[in-house]
Amino acid sequence: MAAVQGGRAAARGQWLLARWARPLLFTLCLAPLAWLVWGAAADRLGANPAEALIRALGDWTLRLLCLTLVVTPLRLALKVPALARFRRMLGLFTFFYALLHLLSYAWFDMGLEPGEIARDIAKRPFILVGMAAFALLTLLAATSFNRAMRWLGGRRWQQLHRGVYLIAVLAVLHFWWMRAGKNDFAEVLVYGALLAALLAARPLLRRRAGLQKG
Amino acid sequence: LPARRTAVAGGLSMEKLTAYKDATTYNNFYEFGTDKGDPVKNAATLKTRPWTVAVEGLVNKPRTFGIEELLKLSPQEERIYRLRCVEGWSMVIPWVGYSLAELIRRVEPQGSAKYVEFVTLADKPTMPGVNSRVLDWPYTEGLRMDEALHPLTLLAFGMYGEVLPNQNGAPVRLVVPWKYGFKSAKSIVKIRFVEKEPGTAWNKAAKNEYGFYSNVNPDVDHPRWSQATERRIGEDGLFAKRRKTLPFNGYEAQVGQLYAGMDLKKFY
Repeated sequence: MAAVQGGRAAARGQWLLARWARPLLFTLCLAPLAWLVWGAAADRLGANPAEALIRALGDWTLRLLCLTLVVTPLRLALKVPALARFRRMLGLFTFFYALLHLLSYAWFDMGLEPGEIARDIAKRPFILVGMAAFALLTLLAATSFNRAMRWLGGRRWQQLHRGVYLIAVLAVLHFWWMRAGKNDFAEVLVYGALLAALLAARPLLRRRAGLQKG
Repeated sequence: LPARRTAVAGGLSMEKLTAYKDATTYNNFYEFGTDKGDPVKNAATLKTRPWTVAVEGLVNKPRTFGIEELLKLSPQEERIYRLRCVEGWSMVIPWVGYSLAELIRRVEPQGSAKYVEFVTLADKPTMPGVNSRVLDWPYTEGLRMDEALHPLTLLAFGMYGEVLPNQNGAPVRLVVPWKYGFKSAKSIVKIRFVEKEPGTAWNKAAKNEYGFYSNVNPDVDHPRWSQATERRIGEDGLFAKRRKTLPFNGYEAQVGQLYAGMDLKKFY
């Protein structure tokens, strides 16, 4: 009986192991960028294209962060181990969009002047929080490769990469602070609730999986 | 909306006009939503006829004006003003209207009237944003009497030679070009003459961020961002450098004397 169940679980999500699965995800992750580049080139980003671009890239960073964090809960809840092979790519795309978000801010808003950026970080706490999140994200991206994993050792690597929880908190704080001027928190709450649920789901699902094993 | 060119000093900026499309699709008009694309999407519900503006308070001749009567009260003039938003962007817009002073003169303010308060429409069925708690509705604004009487202070009924689009504050709004945009109340229904400085919507929402005066001033930062520069909407695309913001939005020669001796850092 147990063997039959195990067989079914292994069969579930088999298609995710197909060779085209990762290139497909890669292409999908690039689609928002392609859409934005086209929008900028065709002057379809509205009256303030710089602002539209900076904000859209921030939105996509948050969305990819949510997608990255949904992988593990989904894998545990649905018992589809194959999902794990997409986590690193999603995490790196989160970093990629965060980098573009930061670069577009530095370029369009700050004219790529380091002095201006430094003054802005000192002036606006939400910029400081965003920068802190990005710094941490950079650290995780830089240690996402197999060699870095081996070098750090599994346990230390895992501890370091739990930093993604802090990144999620900082990212939502960054967004919340940005919207605070308009008292308009509807979208912030959606992302905040989603990320909180995803983070809370992990220990719950792990414990359930642990209990079943025992 | 037919108009003659204005003769008011500083009333005709020679700068390149902002595209009509940009000026009518990128708006802050929170009664229709806080996103700048919301007003153009949602403001079609605004009913601008019939429309009345009640003028009351410390005046000898309080009365209610119908919009048709207001349109004919004084000859319509074209004014080309720079508009600087507190958020750090700016436009150049050709407005149509006449000096608010024309209206004020006709109602004969009493000596005790030191300030003018503007109350705008807050109509839940037609304005979805009024259900939100972003601001204390109705949106109100205010000017000191000498500011209200300044010839540059415009009661506007149109822009780009046409009647005001709903999202830009139809059918009648204020334009005070040397102050941040939020001082220029849209869709006005009441003008009240009072003795004490009236509360204003943004000042009530965040006292330390939005002062009563809110004159454009590159040397007084908003608590959460710098006001030293601005992005001119529609200028040279994505990579255009931000412009330096000018004191009183470039109208210092015309209005500077109103604030002689005042500490503008204190009265921001």
